[in-house]
Amino acid sequence: MSTSDQQAARPRLAVPELLIGIGLLACAGAVAWQTLSIPVSPLYSKVGPTVFPYITMVGMTVLSLLLIVAALRGGWQPEEEKETPTDWKAMGIVAVGLVANLVLIQPLGFTAASVIMFVLICHGFGSRHPLRDVLLGLILALAAYFGFARALGVNIGAGFIENQLNTGLDSIIRMLRG
Amino acid sequence: METLGHLAHGFSVAFTPVNLMWCLLGTTLGTAIGVLPGLGPALTIALLLPITYQVAPEASFILFAGIYYGAMYGGSTTSILLNTPGESATIVTALEGNRMARSGRGGAALATSAIGSFVAGTLGTLGVAFLAPVVVKFALSFGPAEYFSLMVLAFITVSAVLGSSSVRGLTSLFVGFVIGMIGVDLQTGQPRFTFGMSQLLDGVDVIVVAVGLFAVGETFYMASRRYAGKDEIVPLKGSLYMTAAEWARSWKAWLRGALLGFPIGALPAGGAEIPTFLSYAIEKKLSKHKEEFGTVGAIEGVAGPEAANNASAAGVLVPMLTLGLPTSATAAIMLSAFQSYGINPGPMLFMTQANLVWGLIASLFIANIILVILNLPLIGLWVRLLKIPAPQLYAGILVFATVGTYGISQSPTDLVILYLLGGAGFLMRRFDFPTAPVIIGMILWPLAETQFRRAMTISNGDWSVFYKHPLSLTLLTLAFIGLIGPHIYAFIERRRTRGPEHVPGDA
Repeated sequence: MSTSDQQAARPRLAVPELLIGIGLLACAGAVAWQTLSIPVSPLYSKVGPTVFPYITMVGMTVLSLLLIVAALRGGWQPEEEKETPTDWKAMGIVAVGLVANLVLIQPLGFTAASVIMFVLICHGFGSRHPLRDVLLGLILALAAYFGFARALGVNIGAGFIENQLNTGLDSIIRMLRG
Repeated sequence: METLGHLAHGFSVAFTPVNLMWCLLGTTLGTAIGVLPGLGPALTIALLLPITYQVAPEASFILFAGIYYGAMYGGSTTSILLNTPGESATIVTALEGNRMARSGRGGAALATSAIGSFVAGTLGTLGVAFLAPVVVKFALSFGPAEYFSLMVLAFITVSAVLGSSSVRGLTSLFVGFVIGMIGVDLQTGQPRFTFGMSQLLDGVDVIVVAVGLFAVGETFYMASRRYAGKDEIVPLKGSLYMTAAEWARSWKAWLRGALLGFPIGALPAGGAEIPTFLSYAIEKKLSKHKEEFGTVGAIEGVAGPEAANNASAAGVLVPMLTLGLPTSATAAIMLSAFQSYGINPGPMLFMTQANLVWGLIASLFIANIILVILNLPLIGLWVRLLKIPAPQLYAGILVFATVGTYGISQSPTDLVILYLLGGAGFLMRRFDFPTAPVIIGMILWPLAETQFRRAMTISNGDWSVFYKHPLSLTLLTLAFIGLIGPHIYAFIERRRTRGPEHVPGDA
């Protein structure tokens, strides 16, 4: 490692890191806005509800500025991460799967929405057997649904599939009880 | 001797058939999620938090503790056979373990890591049983000012001292603070950080944050890295029995690892990385087979760090149970399970909830025995789990993530927050921000605020309580040193090395 090399590699502005720093500064701004809008009753003027928000606000601002400075000095992303290109298409398909789930979970119920999400995520990860994935997704979603809904007592949005199965299951239980 | 009586009582709680079943379930599940890349104990316990509404506290903590210990055992299997550390604490195990597997000694590597985990886990649990009552006696004298200062120290150690950058660690911590403050301030009833949205008045559930960062974030991350090349599973070769020479090389490393891991884990700093790396360095130095390190794989380099990892995992339970101070993401989520029962971990826990605490500690001994059985004779079963193809694995994780999140409140808002946090988790992975401080920050910040207000109320608004109490001052000074010290050290180092580097031709 020679000295001239070090000088030749002048610190360059790292754009992704800069964006992260600016994004965090914007968050700090939002925190400030929310902190300033907390009404303070004079009763609590000593240690009111705003002391810790103020600390958070100052901390966030200072840290995001430090990150921006680090970004201007060349950033900090590990080499290994920098060299790995991002597969935006795969990520995009996964994101579409999540959004589909979000939109469909209320109208269609948990199971149907989950199967659609499952298939899309598998596709994003490079699986090319949609039919097998539908079947797998259905089994997993039903296992998750009945595991959580019936065993843990968590109420998950039921749709057409769940209602049919629930009625069926209840009648079987009734039959078994005689 | 008092401890032995308590332990005996604990075993009587843990040995009921129902609790044994929870222990078996927890250890099995824990091993499975430890083996599977992409799933960790923090995420799993978060997803299972709703169980706290259904069963007694003893049962759910025995389950959670089984998952916690089991994940450590399972994680080492993945590190050895796949070279993809499932947990940051098993990075070191992968160094030598994977080399051993490649040179056909995978069986011995798995055996030394499982037996070492057992030895260290048992020693560590003994450490919890005997150290915790001591800490409790000490902690009873703590006032709110001391608690607050202790939390400040923990904030600094988990974010700024450990990890690669103090600025990024602290950024994660402060993001956790922001999330932790969303909702109604319990003392004054003021909504904070809610942006006027009524859905946010109840705050953001730790389940949503943990699942978002760990499950959704991880899925995005793995999807984005399809070009990064795949890790190969090294087929399991060689017998699981260790030769006499391998035993001789292992047992000292186990003990040294345990002695290193437990105290460091029990400090209010936590983290398994430091003891595992230290243990690796020590074993490398003491080994008579240095040539095996980094080439064919040295068994000491697996035995020591793996023992250190498990002992420190036990150590983390000490501050968590005695002070209510979580120093890892998993411990933070367990703390929120305590909260969901309305139980406050801390010195009083050992008096008011003796059944729970000692039953839990006793179940940890049982868990260790179950785990060494699960992980040695049944290893072939777990290796098969590694063959689950990535697409279906991650899609399945997200199905469970959705159930766990949507089930809390049936609100699509939670799903939106979940996915946004998933995006954040992806960026954090890509840009080297640690995630554990987010969880620790969001759980601990409101508690720190409570202690702070108590201290200020008692002192009648006089800030000097925090530096006039000697213990509180000491803790704050330590925190300050932790924050500033490494930078000063780095500065001095730079100064020292700068001179010769500038001499031309010295390269």
